[in-house]
Amino acid sequence: MLKVYPFFLEAAWLTIVLSVLTAVLGLICGTLAAFARLSRFAVLRFTAAAYVSLFRGTPALIQLFILYFGGPQIGIQLDAFEAGVIGLGINAGAYMAETIRGGIISIDKGQREAARTLGLSHWQAMHKIILPQAARLMVRPLGVNLNMLIKATALVAAISVVELTYTAQRYIGSTYKPFEMFLLAGVLYMIIIYVTGRGVAWLDRKVQIT
Amino acid sequence: MGLDFSVVPKYLDIILLGCAYTVGITVAAAVLSFFGGIVFAVIALYAPWIIRQPFRLVAWMFMGTPLLLQLFLIYFGLVQVGIDLPAVVAGIIGLGLHFAVYNSELIQTAILSVDKGQMEAARTLGLSRGEALRKVVIPQAVRDVIPPISNNMIALLKDSALVSVIGVSELTLSAQRVIGKTYRPFEFYLLAAAFYYVINLGMEWVQRKIERRISMSR
Repeated sequence: MLKVYPFFLEAAWLTIVLSVLTAVLGLICGTLAAFARLSRFAVLRFTAAAYVSLFRGTPALIQLFILYFGGPQIGIQLDAFEAGVIGLGINAGAYMAETIRGGIISIDKGQREAARTLGLSHWQAMHKIILPQAARLMVRPLGVNLNMLIKATALVAAISVVELTYTAQRYIGSTYKPFEMFLLAGVLYMIIIYVTGRGVAWLDRKVQIT
Repeated sequence: MGLDFSVVPKYLDIILLGCAYTVGITVAAAVLSFFGGIVFAVIALYAPWIIRQPFRLVAWMFMGTPLLLQLFLIYFGLVQVGIDLPAVVAGIIGLGLHFAVYNSELIQTAILSVDKGQMEAARTLGLSRGEALRKVVIPQAVRDVIPPISNNMIALLKDSALVSVIGVSELTLSAQRVIGKTYRPFEFYLLAAAFYYVINLGMEWVQRKIERRISMSR
């Protein structure tokens, strides 16, 4: 039993790395999609709406499989880790897009109108007036997205990335102790989730105007 | 290799059977998670401390770990203690319990937000505490949480793909099996995704109908 700890810690580290990369990619995709959905151009609005609807409307596991197993057929050759990050990141982006859009549209219309009246351009108004206010509202819901995303990294076990869930699965084969192995992985997940949750709560307090 | 969808019709029956399984598993797990959620909420709120606290800890563990891990635990872990469940049953129980915990959180909030006077009035009319909960408080709480719970049910549909990993022949595994024969992963995973999307749209349509009914009954 003692012998497996280093492997689990290493796997937990990979889960953390996966989560961070996925979160960054998700934020980029989500922000782009959110702005595209609020754009003046119908083509952008439609494309972003389709992206959000399709990626939220189908299982992330299938999306990973299409990318990893189906990718080579259309000339996209990725290793399991790359496919995991890209697949999960694009998926997370679809969820984050809704969060970010929700934050932006919940800022009172008068704010934008006032900024425009004062002579700020569309982007200046967005950048200097709306986004700083909206960002405060987004911390908590984006934290929920992050929590879901960390748990979703377990899916890449199915394309054999050696993260926590895969490691637990592998050591069941050699130790025949499924309960212990899954409990060990579970505890490590909970630590990651707990620490992230505290971090989000701290950030949320930090950005509030009191 | 390129794409070739001409092989699709030949295997459509296998995929459609997988769809039927996915819908069946989703419905069964959804029903389990709904009633399980009510029971869990009542335990978390009203059971004696000695039961309530450990129960909350377990619920917290369910929310802090991936569903895939929980499915493995139920399917492979229970064998260790002599419970050998068929994969379908393990899958439905795993999905059902996982979402019951999430539903329970919603139902707890809703129960607490039902006006206190409702309970007091029911007690005054001679109902016991259990009866008052069952007949007066919970029905009102449940009505309030139907919209968020139906969101969970739609999430459940998508998460039902995970039970393919423990060998349940639903849509995802059916696609996998066909791919084993045809070596056409892109085509068949895309087809599976399309079917999930259609089922998803169907569930969203039902959700809107239900929400309209609830808002009219108020």
